[in-house]
Amino acid sequence: MAIEWYLVLSALLFSVGFTGVLIRRNPVVVLLCLELMLSAGALALISFSRLHGDGDGQVFVLMVLVVAACEVVVGLGLVVAMFRRRIALDVDEMKELRG
Amino acid sequence: MVEVAFFFGAIGALGGAIAVVTLRNPFYAVLALVVHLVFLAGIFLLLLAQFIAAAQIVVYAGAVMVIYVFVAAYVGGIEEPMFDSAPQLRIFGPILAAALFIEISIAVLGSSLIGLGSEGVEKVESGFGTPEAVGKLMLEDFLIAFEAASLLLLVAAVAAIVLAGRKKQSEEAG
Repeated sequence: MAIEWYLVLSALLFSVGFTGVLIRRNPVVVLLCLELMLSAGALALISFSRLHGDGDGQVFVLMVLVVAACEVVVGLGLVVAMFRRRIALDVDEMKELRG
Repeated sequence: MVEVAFFFGAIGALGGAIAVVTLRNPFYAVLALVVHLVFLAGIFLLLLAQFIAAAQIVVYAGAVMVIYVFVAAYVGGIEEPMFDSAPQLRIFGPILAAALFIEISIAVLGSSLIGLGSEGVEKVESGFGTPEAVGKLMLEDFLIAFEAASLLLLVAAVAAIVLAGRKKQSEEAG
């Protein structure tokens, strides 16, 4: 099984996540689509790790997992804060960085 | 056999991803992402990344998705009127994404990958991708990154409490 297949799949998943970030308006779903993009990047890293027979890529994927977890926690904290302050949960409405 | 497993996983992962983007209810989108992550973990297994596949299921599809489910339930299932406010993005979004896909494919496949041989290394060292190998790499070669990651997680936890925590007086007044 050629590694190219995995890389093309990773590119495809990344594009799907990118589409979601562009067209969706609910901040929770935008975060989900960011997760899609991150996991597509992880797939590419693991493919290259297999290609070189070197474990460094897998360690890097673990770091991506950590960063993704942090991003989720902060992003969902923002969503909850928006909900508490009765700000509409719509990324198009969030044009100003004011409380 | 590997091909069958790959295409099975690829179709599942891609279907899950498309469902995340297209489903209107955020709750269902979260569940679709769980499906996507489980299939993706299967593909990781094909690439000899056993530990990452297990971590993906436990950390991502387990712990992180639980947070998503809780928040989606907390803010309520807002049925968004899908592409309402920005109709130009409805057209340009997919076009941009298709362009991005072509660009990444050219960048990745047109690189010197062919020179390396596309099947990958014939024989990986035994124990490649096991928790033992990954842990050894992490605690010997990447110790600083490992410590930085733990600090980052701590900072993120504090940030979440500060952002979403209930303030006593000012919240009620404001």
